[in-house]
Amino acid sequence: MSDGTLYDKVWENHAVTTLPTGQTQLFVGLHLIHEVTSPQAFGMLRERGVDVAFPERTHATVDHIVPTADQSRPYADAAAEEMMSELEENVRDSGIEFSDPTSGDQGIVHVIGPEQGMTQPGMTVVCGDSHTSTHGAFGALAFGIGTSQIRDVLATGCVAMEKKDVRKIEVTGELGDCVEAKDVILEIIRRLGTDGGVGYVYEYAGEAIESLDMEGRMSICNMSIEGGARAGYVNPDETTYEWLRDTDAFRDDPEKFERLKPYWESVASDDDAEYDDVVTIDGSSLEPVVTWGTTPGQGVGISEPIPHPEDLPEDKRDTARRAQEHMRVTPGETMEGYEVDVAFLGSCTNARLADLRRAARLVKGREVDPDVRAMVVPGSQRVQTAAEAEGLDDVFREAGFDWRNAGCSMCLGMNEDQLEGDEACASSSNRNFVGRQGSKDGRTVLMNPRMVAAAAVTGHVTDVRELPEREVDGEVEA
Amino acid sequence: MSSSNPTDDGGDKGPAETVTHVSGTGIPIRGNDIDTDQIIPARFMKVVTFDGLGQFSFFDQRFTDDDEEKEHPMNEDRFRDASVMVVNANFGCGSSREHAPQALMRWGVDAIVGESFAEIFAGNCLALGVPTVTADHETVSEIQAWVDAHPQETIDVDVEGETVTYGDTTVDVTVDDAQRKALVEGVWDTTALMGANGNAVRETADSLPYVTGDGV
Repeated sequence: MSDGTLYDKVWENHAVTTLPTGQTQLFVGLHLIHEVTSPQAFGMLRERGVDVAFPERTHATVDHIVPTADQSRPYADAAAEEMMSELEENVRDSGIEFSDPTSGDQGIVHVIGPEQGMTQPGMTVVCGDSHTSTHGAFGALAFGIGTSQIRDVLATGCVAMEKKDVRKIEVTGELGDCVEAKDVILEIIRRLGTDGGVGYVYEYAGEAIESLDMEGRMSICNMSIEGGARAGYVNPDETTYEWLRDTDAFRDDPEKFERLKPYWESVASDDDAEYDDVVTIDGSSLEPVVTWGTTPGQGVGISEPIPHPEDLPEDKRDTARRAQEHMRVTPGETMEGYEVDVAFLGSCTNARLADLRRAARLVKGREVDPDVRAMVVPGSQRVQTAAEAEGLDDVFREAGFDWRNAGCSMCLGMNEDQLEGDEACASSSNRNFVGRQGSKDGRTVLMNPRMVAAAAVTGHVTDVRELPEREVDGEVEA
Repeated sequence: MSSSNPTDDGGDKGPAETVTHVSGTGIPIRGNDIDTDQIIPARFMKVVTFDGLGQFSFFDQRFTDDDEEKEHPMNEDRFRDASVMVVNANFGCGSSREHAPQALMRWGVDAIVGESFAEIFAGNCLALGVPTVTADHETVSEIQAWVDAHPQETIDVDVEGETVTYGDTTVDVTVDDAQRKALVEGVWDTTALMGANGNAVRETADSLPYVTGDGV
């Protein structure tokens, strides 16, 4: 068993008691809710006549079904309108704060928590959404839960959990040119498998992780679940504290920041912490990674050949064959040159300001390929506002991108933003499952945001290292 | 518990029910990494209740764009009354949507036997009183083949004894400790369990610097 890791400490700090099942009752520091997975939980609460136990530790947003073009109410989609109305009623009745679209604070749940400073080190964070692992970037213990567990958290402020093992994933060295956090996590999932993390929490460490900005750390933790790990985290450090200092939670209360900082520092894994497993990856050897298949583990370096199914372990061959048939890719070839119809720059993985800035530098002065429909969907209204203040929207629009409003959008196609027919999509999102982007014949190629920008302008999967970057009005420096 | 009729929308079990055995006919769903987007496509989640989700289970695998049935075990008459689903590795990966096990349960699934399950999916199943029991690839493949050959015969999943019996064969399976205890003792209503510990919860909350605002 692990000992002295951030996971052990945060677990211990939040353990209320041991339940008759042997599970631990864990106190929840932050419960984020959205419109898709919470209404049934509120319904269950009403059936039982129970109130929300900690409304002040709960925060709502609307992201999955929100339209990204015309957001006027009622929404054109009656089902979306019903879900939104239900959420509004639930949060109003329970006294839960809601970053609704009129607030200027709305956005994808995993973007707004961190940007408002709700997500803090040493906290337990849950949400009815598997990408809740994102918040681990701040040294929080954060994981997705199902709707019955949302009921638990609403009713009791707690969740019942079994303790997991901890695997340290050390990414050494310096990442190469145009190699991003997204490439690191796609590589991790490719190596350890989509179920390699089942039973584990991932601790991401090493020089390549520590030198990432918070956005990059969030991209990595975000996709922990794609590797089977329900939670992943990075130990908090000065980069984390600098982000927090400038959030709503602390901007006007530096004393509170100083009061909490010792706690944050205390939860970081000890130097002599013990892990159940350690994996080391040479970060300096990585190149941009793209997926060739229909699971996030089916990835390949941009210059590497797509594997022949027969060269894969036996249990991976069938899935690989079916995936290659669906994607219409040829083993032995690289993904470079794979034609795309759509470029989607968005999602809780890669739609933060830093992501948009990097992509904009590539897009500047170029034009979207005439056969590609390209869209940028900022992760939140604040990201959108900040990007517009820097003129990024103009850069994207002038190049031919559609510049939209914040939401989950085409990551999962629950609003009008969907693939059609067998369209192929260069996507900065997190899942390339069959049907994920709204069309069961659609083909998703996951990649980092700059690679999406490159594919948008060339019309096919492109090694971004071959396209020189441009300055955007001299303002867009990393 | 016996097999339920897939046409009735089962809904939630009573909170105190024990689940020691599940018996019913089987249905094999083959393939590794079957994700929750396949089990229930997102467009069917634009609802505020779980009612009626059963009919959308594996919808895109089962139906063409023109709503014509495709070849899929769930479309075969011989499996229509099945209640024990037999799956392969990493079943239920992807999204945390409880809509996935809700849809399967409302279709008629009362237990799932597989090589391995994604964690959130297994947790969601437990919250519904649906056991997820595991065995190795060979064992699962044999059960799938047997189910194919004997669609009208009963499989017995013994949650307490950690075995699966089909025909004359009984094999050992693994049931996660907490899951077994919860189902066998009927203590899987975690809201009730945890709700009884209000004072301890308050104490834990008050010990956390970010809750009290006192720092350490």
